[in-house]
Amino acid sequence: MTDTADIPKLRQAISDHLPRRYRAEMRFRVAGLSAVGLAVAILVLLVGSIVMQAIPAFTVNQLVLPVRLESDLVDPQGDGSEASLRRGSYGRVLQEAVREQFPGVRDRRQLRTLFTLYTALNSTRLMDEVLADPGLVGETHTFRMPIADDLDLYLKGRLVQDRTLETAGRLTVAEAGRDFELTSSAADFEGLRDTVSNLLRAEAASLDTRAEQARNRAEGQTGEDREDSLYEAGRLSADADALRAEAELESGWVELSDTLPSILVETGETHLRLTALSADGRSARAESLLGDETGSELADWSLYVIDTPEARRRVSDQLIVWTRALVDRGLVSLDFNTALFANADSREPELAGVKGALFGSILTMLITLTLSVPVGVFTALYLEEYAPKNRFTDLIEVNINNLAAVPSIVFGLLGLAVFINSFGLPRSAPLVGGLVLSLMTLPTVIIATRAALKAVPVSIRQAALAVGASKTQTVFHHVLPLAAPGILTGSIIGLAQAMGETAPLLMIGMVAFIADAPTLGLEGLTQPATVMPVQVFLWSDGAERAFEARTAAAILVLLALMIGFNALAIYLRRRFERRW
Amino acid sequence: MALSKTAHIVTAYGEELDQLNDELARMGGLVETQLTAAINAIVRRDAGVAGEVRQREKQVNAMHVDIEKRVLRLFALRQPLATDLRMTISALKISTDLERVGDLAKNIAYRAKDLSAYPALGLMDRVERLGAIVIQQLHEVLDALSSLDVEPAIRVWRADDEVDERYNALVREMLISMGEDSSLVEPGVHILFVAKNLERIGDHATNIAEALHFMVTAAPLEADTPPAS
Amino acid sequence: MVNPMPDNQSHPDMSAGAGQAELPIKVQARDVCVSYSGKQALNHVSIDVPDRSVTAFIGPSGCGKSTFLRCLNRMNDTIEGAKVVGSLKIDGLEVNDKSVDPVVLRANVGMVFQKPNPFPKSIYDNVAYGPRIHGLALSKDELDAIVEDSLKKAGLWDEVADRLNHPGTGLSGGQQQRLVIARAIAVNPEVILMDEPCSALDPIATAKIEELIDELRENYCIIIVTHSMQQAARVSQQTAFFHMGNLVEYGTTEEIFTNPRDPRTQDYITGRFG
Repeated sequence: MTDTADIPKLRQAISDHLPRRYRAEMRFRVAGLSAVGLAVAILVLLVGSIVMQAIPAFTVNQLVLPVRLESDLVDPQGDGSEASLRRGSYGRVLQEAVREQFPGVRDRRQLRTLFTLYTALNSTRLMDEVLADPGLVGETHTFRMPIADDLDLYLKGRLVQDRTLETAGRLTVAEAGRDFELTSSAADFEGLRDTVSNLLRAEAASLDTRAEQARNRAEGQTGEDREDSLYEAGRLSADADALRAEAELESGWVELSDTLPSILVETGETHLRLTALSADGRSARAESLLGDETGSELADWSLYVIDTPEARRRVSDQLIVWTRALVDRGLVSLDFNTALFANADSREPELAGVKGALFGSILTMLITLTLSVPVGVFTALYLEEYAPKNRFTDLIEVNINNLAAVPSIVFGLLGLAVFINSFGLPRSAPLVGGLVLSLMTLPTVIIATRAALKAVPVSIRQAALAVGASKTQTVFHHVLPLAAPGILTGSIIGLAQAMGETAPLLMIGMVAFIADAPTLGLEGLTQPATVMPVQVFLWSDGAERAFEARTAAAILVLLALMIGFNALAIYLRRRFERRW
Repeated sequence: MALSKTAHIVTAYGEELDQLNDELARMGGLVETQLTAAINAIVRRDAGVAGEVRQREKQVNAMHVDIEKRVLRLFALRQPLATDLRMTISALKISTDLERVGDLAKNIAYRAKDLSAYPALGLMDRVERLGAIVIQQLHEVLDALSSLDVEPAIRVWRADDEVDERYNALVREMLISMGEDSSLVEPGVHILFVAKNLERIGDHATNIAEALHFMVTAAPLEADTPPAS
Repeated sequence: MVNPMPDNQSHPDMSAGAGQAELPIKVQARDVCVSYSGKQALNHVSIDVPDRSVTAFIGPSGCGKSTFLRCLNRMNDTIEGAKVVGSLKIDGLEVNDKSVDPVVLRANVGMVFQKPNPFPKSIYDNVAYGPRIHGLALSKDELDAIVEDSLKKAGLWDEVADRLNHPGTGLSGGQQQRLVIARAIAVNPEVILMDEPCSALDPIATAKIEELIDELRENYCIIIVTHSMQQAARVSQQTAFFHMGNLVEYGTTEEIFTNPRDPRTQDYITGRFG
């Protein structure tokens, strides 16, 4: 008890404390809000960056070529039978179609380069089209095929830095032996000349620095080392001087090499690459990459500069010129990348798709679903409702909880040892993958189900028992329906987890390059397959730059699948949720 | 209240029951004083007690009303059960009896004034004797009430027969006296009224004894009730 | 009046008194002892409960009154470690006998719990559940009749007749409790056990339940556990007072509430518990 005299003092103490309490509350709120904000920001950043990376993968530049399906090439036996059609040289057909576009190309080496505009694998697709419609033999068929991945990236502006320059003067093109002399009525080349000179000077300066470093190094050295360093310094200095001489246009010309930007002159169908620029900024020397038209006082010409030097990129000037010519002729169209969804994996990025992995995931999940959910739910039901509470059931419970914490790769090892080695099931098959993932998911399902069963109020069980329902009737009429939302949520979370797993599949051969999608059906269960996260992992490892975007696209597909799964979980929970 | 050894969990409830009990004891005391004063006035032929008696009568009535209120309050707010129920009910009955005793004592006191106008009667010692017995009866039953003792209550209940006998004898002798001497008729009627009132007070004392018996034992006090010894 | 030693075989107060002599005995218990995992919860309880009347069990929490109630329909079976010994007969049939199926027993001994616990189903399905699982109705019409009859007996028909397919959980607390009683009645029990049926209800709902209990008394043997002495006094004809696992006193309600013989009963009902 407090004396009455103390009461005002107490009140005062309480109100003195109030601001501090409010401040503490405020701090807590701010902390919570910023945590949420940070989480959202990270999420947005993550998804945003993946989406940004993935965008180019959803479109593809396709070559739309008229293809003459000469019967002697396509149908070697001449009887139009499937066997005959299958032996046709579709590769040759495609080569002919491309050569037709560039009749000037005769040189073998050049031809080989020309055929890298596309992937030879496309001939299989052409064969499939012919097989589907044998009437095409002897006709001219319009065939669409994705352009080579690097050129696709080039067309999307993601491979090189380039720009087109305005020209003021009229251009005169004259033949000079194998090369061409270019003269413009205005100083159109002046800017380029200065750019090149500056690049050369900068290069010379960096060589000078390195020479200086070598000389400094020599000071502290003796004998042979010192001589080597001094020699290197001398060589570097000489190189630098030569570059400077070049930059200062002492010869009146500056030579262009593959370590300098490529400068292309385009007049009509003719594409010329500059090999040297003159000091006056009005004239240049060039070689032909496509066409050899000459003419004087041409008004319609442009300068196309690729700032990334040829030596430092994956596509040559020649291929770029051919591609640009094809674009000019309207033979390239930017389409939605159906291959990404319709194809299985491929070594060629432009042909690679997620279909195989998607089907593999679906088949694997079907196995996991049909095994882990019923087994898990019934295990939990028995343990929770029927099993006597003794040491043995305690032991089982502890082990189930431990099993949920076992690293997933261990399940893979188990699958390898039991399912593949002992039972002789095929490697890389969705059946085995599903079995392994079921083992992994079971503890999650059991634990979630037991929690859901525990959450059903005792009063409902009592109510059912009191009207004379048996134990089993009580469980199946009342407890299980009330626990269903929880069980569903737990199971779907478990399945979603399994769908994102790669480690256990590593051991059973599902982490592998598999070029054919499994069939969606019973037989598909034993066909080699891979799953979505594995596909992501494999592509992220791909050497081609185009795989970068496809990795992100595959991640998006996987994320969409996960979101779909969770949405289904939420829907089912809402649907079955009942209040009591 | 000593009917139960343990105290109430709700202290205020226990206090209310105790207060009711105390009030009843005070009322009993006051009524006893009133009766003693009235009989003394008759015996001593004292005509000057009227004011004092009227004053006390008012007090007794106020106490009766107060006890009724307390009982009503207990029923409405506490819903007494078992011993508490019997105690409350009995308190209500006893207070009514006491109030009636108070009334009768007042009437006796008023007769003292009238009687003082006549010469002393030879039968007065009989009246005094009857009064002493009735006072004794009331005293004993009130003592029993405060000690919650059934034994004296049963004694009081049985002793009522003696009161009745003495009353009857008194009435008989009075009637004979009045027949012999007509001048005795007027004071004799007063005496008869006093005796009748004393007899009524004796009945109320037995009523209180019955209520007390029910309160303590929950059984009615009947002719075959064995002596509590 | 209670023997101080629980293992003593004499039980002076097994029947509620002469007033109820004309009613046949429905439930007869002799030396019933219950322990939960070795902990004694009920000591040698012997009691005769008459048919067609309401018997109230009162006593402080943990006194064993609910435990005893749960023996009557073998709900103790569902509790891990519960052990029941002694003889407990309903209509002369031993309840704990191996040959008695708890499912059959529970159809015969209905139970209503403290918190209204309708199934999260429609009002109709709640009442129809018992008859359905026991196969009491051969046709839909018969089932409809059982449901209507039970709801009428429970005094709920007029309130829910037009919304039988609404969820039972949507009713008010008092209605839910009457629904639960209708559900119990639907399987035609002879004994109805009620474990503090009104402790979660408001006074008006409580009064309705009490009125219902009074009406049901005509046809059933009702045993009610309650913490409200007033309620026991209002609805019951016999009252039994339990304390620390012992049946301390058993008698007509009037007697228990006006003149309890045992000082413990006295102290408990006058609010003097110590």
